[in-house]
Amino acid sequence: MERIYIFKRFERFWHWAQAGLIIFLMVTGFEIHGTYSAFGFRKAVELHTIAAWSLITLWVFAIFWHFTTGEWRQYIPTLQKVDAMIRYYLTGIFSSAPHPFRQTTLTKHNPLQRIAYLFFIAVISPVIWVSGWCYLFFDSWKAWGLDQYLSLQWVAVFHTAGAWMILAFFLGHVYLSTAGRTPLSHIKAMITGWEEVESHSPSGGTKS
Amino acid sequence: MKPRSRYLDRRYFRALAGGTCALWFAWACLAPDAAAAPNVTSTADHAKFKELQRSFKSGPDVTQACLTCHTEAARQVHKTKHWTWEFLHPLSGQKLGKKNIINNYCTSVTTNLASCSTCHVGYGWRDDTFDFTSEANVDCLVCHDTTGEYRKAPGKAGHPLYVEEKDASGVVRIPVDLAKVAQKVGKTSRDTCGACHFYGGGGDGVKHGDLDSTLAAPEKALDVHMEATGPDFTCATCHATSGHNVPGSRYTPTAQDTKGPVMRGADASDRNPATCQACHGTTPHAGRDARKLNTHTARIACQTCHIPAMARGGRPTKLSWDWSTAGKLSPDGKPISVKDAKGREIYSSLKGGFTVGENLVPEYRWFNGEVKYTLLSDKLEKSSGVVPINSFGGRPDDPRSMIWPVKVFKGNQPYDPVHKTLLIVHTAGNDDTAYWKNFNWPEAARTGMAAVGMPFSGNVDFIRTEMVWPITHMVAPKENALACRECHVREGGRLAEITGVYLPGRDRATWLDLIGWLAVAATLAGALVHGGARIVAYRKR
Repeated sequence: MERIYIFKRFERFWHWAQAGLIIFLMVTGFEIHGTYSAFGFRKAVELHTIAAWSLITLWVFAIFWHFTTGEWRQYIPTLQKVDAMIRYYLTGIFSSAPHPFRQTTLTKHNPLQRIAYLFFIAVISPVIWVSGWCYLFFDSWKAWGLDQYLSLQWVAVFHTAGAWMILAFFLGHVYLSTAGRTPLSHIKAMITGWEEVESHSPSGGTKS
Repeated sequence: MKPRSRYLDRRYFRALAGGTCALWFAWACLAPDAAAAPNVTSTADHAKFKELQRSFKSGPDVTQACLTCHTEAARQVHKTKHWTWEFLHPLSGQKLGKKNIINNYCTSVTTNLASCSTCHVGYGWRDDTFDFTSEANVDCLVCHDTTGEYRKAPGKAGHPLYVEEKDASGVVRIPVDLAKVAQKVGKTSRDTCGACHFYGGGGDGVKHGDLDSTLAAPEKALDVHMEATGPDFTCATCHATSGHNVPGSRYTPTAQDTKGPVMRGADASDRNPATCQACHGTTPHAGRDARKLNTHTARIACQTCHIPAMARGGRPTKLSWDWSTAGKLSPDGKPISVKDAKGREIYSSLKGGFTVGENLVPEYRWFNGEVKYTLLSDKLEKSSGVVPINSFGGRPDDPRSMIWPVKVFKGNQPYDPVHKTLLIVHTAGNDDTAYWKNFNWPEAARTGMAAVGMPFSGNVDFIRTEMVWPITHMVAPKENALACRECHVREGGRLAEITGVYLPGRDRATWLDLIGWLAVAATLAGALVHGGARIVAYRKR
């Protein structure tokens, strides 16, 4: 066994703060959607708006951090070993087969993660943010000349679609966080920063 | 507590606080004057005018005295709806006004003028022979009285009582002291406007739902602007009148006012000074939720949120009126009246059956300010459903349309099944054909229709009608404005019937929610199956 420091302090803060905000946005958002009643509509809207601006602020820092540290490269997709990952989740994981992907500080996400996170960044996020901003700036549509192109109904459809995708992503993400070397190893790593990985084999790469 | 006594109490307290018997004495002597002179800022004391220091035989006699100084007043009044009871709508071309429309309350003034003109700003409009050019026939006092003693007497075509009379029930009615009233004239007040407008439809609060006698001296909760011990607005504070032409008529309502507050000195000739926006502008909200609330003002009338309920003062308003059940008499042939448990009249032989209510949630409609009336000339089919006495224009895709609170008044009223028209019926009067005397519908309708030169088949049927009234008075304090959830709720919200607008919390794309739930269920199922299999596999090893 070898311990590597994989998630730096800002990254861990970013992850958990983002997790909390997204959960809170889902709770308040689905109340605004009318799915249930918890805070009351007015309070839910207020809190949802505050949480949204907080998350935007967090993202500004996170984006800055990703570009200054070069960590953005972690999300460049690759098809390499995607098949191995799928095979692992379908069979290997049940027979204690070794994980086909070896984490390093330069490649902390397995290829499926890369694709999933890129999907989150490139598809879900724009859908939720753009529609959410349209919602927030509803009163400025006319001034910005957007009122002829936008309808609240479609803005709402996109925002809700984004919300459902996030909820599904969240559930899958939480479950797959248990699919590490041990059920809690990924979660521990996200808390402490340190992940235990199999010792480096001379051949490197896939390992077996 | 009555308003006047409260006013006196306050005076009393002040005098005591002043602390001397002399003050007390002076106050005691002056109190009647003080109480009767709300326009203390006026530079003229009409009691000192020689022209008014005499006795008056009649209302027109007083008016002639008024006109010696106010030379243009009568001619100004002559041009107004208050005088003509006629209004030619500039856009629809419809001839409206009290004189021409048929509503579903008392239905029509035609042939009933001696009674109806109790609320005309004139003297003597009994029939077609009334001289609308007569300046002396303008009633100055009904609007400018400050004593509260001036009353137009029922059935006198707009005149007050000049000699003592006993009414049908034997009560002695005292004539009005015209000289006293004339010497104390002043600005219009909630009482003078209310003398007619609170009692429209034949009784206190009957017609509008947002106008009744409780507005004479309202608490803050009833009307935040008119609060008697607060801002104390009169009707004319908003219906700011110039040259006797009172603005803010429901014949040409301003459904949407997109302009900011009217500034002094600015040309406001194209503005209705009675809109909320004329003072508050279009972004009136301040504080934490200001932005979100101000996004509502483009399509939602201020009244929608700020008048949470109609008839809040404790007076019921009528909700429906069924003329078809009128005419049931007691065994000895006398008209009867039936009251509900709260003492509110729900049946009268003269008028039929009613439903009444107070503290009512209004209905809500898209409204762009256009109102089209069903007139006597319109052909109506009973089979095509409820007849709209007036139809509010407005659609969600029309940017001039706003969501407005309205009172919808339901009627069942006389109808000619052969000529397919509404009927004018002669109700009030002492002659043989007046319905309230003889309870004979065909006779009453024959007289009514003959008076306007319209054909009548001799058959009287009844047809269901509906009349819509915009709700705009009784503005509540801001803390009583509607909460978001009153409308932003999945089911049972106030705007449940409003279509064509996406209302977060109420509306959703059901197909999207279905896909969403399926995706979530699939993810959860996948996690459960996969996780379960991992546990099983782990146990086996």
